[in-house]
Amino acid sequence: MAETITIEVARYRPEEEGEPALQSYEVPLNKDWVVLDALNHIKDHVDGSLSFRWSCRMGVCGSCGMTVNGEPKLTCATFLSHYAPGPIRVEPLKNFPVVRDLVIEMTDFLEKLQSVKPWIVRKDDPAPAKGEFLQTPEQLDEFKQFSMCINCMICYAACPVYGLDPQFVGPAAIALAQRYNLDSRDQGEQERLDVLSQHEGIWGCTFVGECTEVCPKNVDPAGAIQQYKLAATKDWFKSFLMPWSKQ
Amino acid sequence: MKPPVAYRQYHPKWHRTRVSTFWWSRKWSYLKFMLRELSSVFVAFYVVILLLQLHALRGGPDAYQGFQDWLRNPLLVILNGISFLFVLFHAVTWFNLTPKAMAVRLRGKRLPDVLVAAPNYVAWLAVSALVVFLLTRQG
Repeated sequence: MAETITIEVARYRPEEEGEPALQSYEVPLNKDWVVLDALNHIKDHVDGSLSFRWSCRMGVCGSCGMTVNGEPKLTCATFLSHYAPGPIRVEPLKNFPVVRDLVIEMTDFLEKLQSVKPWIVRKDDPAPAKGEFLQTPEQLDEFKQFSMCINCMICYAACPVYGLDPQFVGPAAIALAQRYNLDSRDQGEQERLDVLSQHEGIWGCTFVGECTEVCPKNVDPAGAIQQYKLAATKDWFKSFLMPWSKQ
Repeated sequence: MKPPVAYRQYHPKWHRTRVSTFWWSRKWSYLKFMLRELSSVFVAFYVVILLLQLHALRGGPDAYQGFQDWLRNPLLVILNGISFLFVLFHAVTWFNLTPKAMAVRLRGKRLPDVLVAAPNYVAWLAVSALVVFLLTRQG
């Protein structure tokens, strides 16, 4: 008999229970298994009623973010052996309403993401007459780090500001706004600043810095927000000292 | 933000967990953040002390002597010691914030964080050296 490890999964079935409760499962402790493999094993062979989101299994889709032993993690990149001999506690991402078991409600995040216009905004015709917009490797390098975001919402789960004040736009949305601001092809900086210079925007951030610590793609949202604050401050001083220069 | 979406009606019983008042006490990085925020109180305390010192200085030699005697109160010495540690923590965290807030680029490459933070420390050392020089010059 192969070695096993205990996984305690937070179950919440709104039609059955008022509060989430832990349920324990024994799963094989395979060396190459991640937490997501264990959850799929449970779903396929032990308890088909367990609900969770996943898709790509390779840290690209950003669907399988959950709380593993209290830390927000991509479960497809979190190995069981790391937690041996266990037990491992798997709960839904913090700071979001739980729909069922490990499934959280993400509409709030998607609306916030949309509010910062994470796409290339052009004042001229969106389709350039001469083909594509050209960009040098140096220009790409300016924003590439922030473009690695996979919208897994792990930074939101780690952000106490978002937990305490759900109005806060949050780390990933601001990092993605910065990603487009720094893009040489984009012209929408002012439009985004109008949204993000509000209190619920960049100024809500108190720089706890955990978003950067937990990010599985090394996006550094905390850095993006601080850089944004600096840019917004410069913008304010400029419009204060030279009101005529305002666009 | 917009009102709850229609999707909500199919999930009438979302479970929401309240954030505990003591959320910061369970993790070192959160606690460190709270200590950093708390350090501003001690920075303010230093400012008050400095203002009192200037006030005493304006009052003449006797008033200044009185102020210095007051500072020797053991309670104030302890409070000053604690404040010093907090102000030190405050300064270091601020200095280390610089590379986060400024992505300095040189010839298209981003400078390493250490190099962006370093000028702060160099300036700090220079000012400290100047203060030490001014203090020891008369002696």
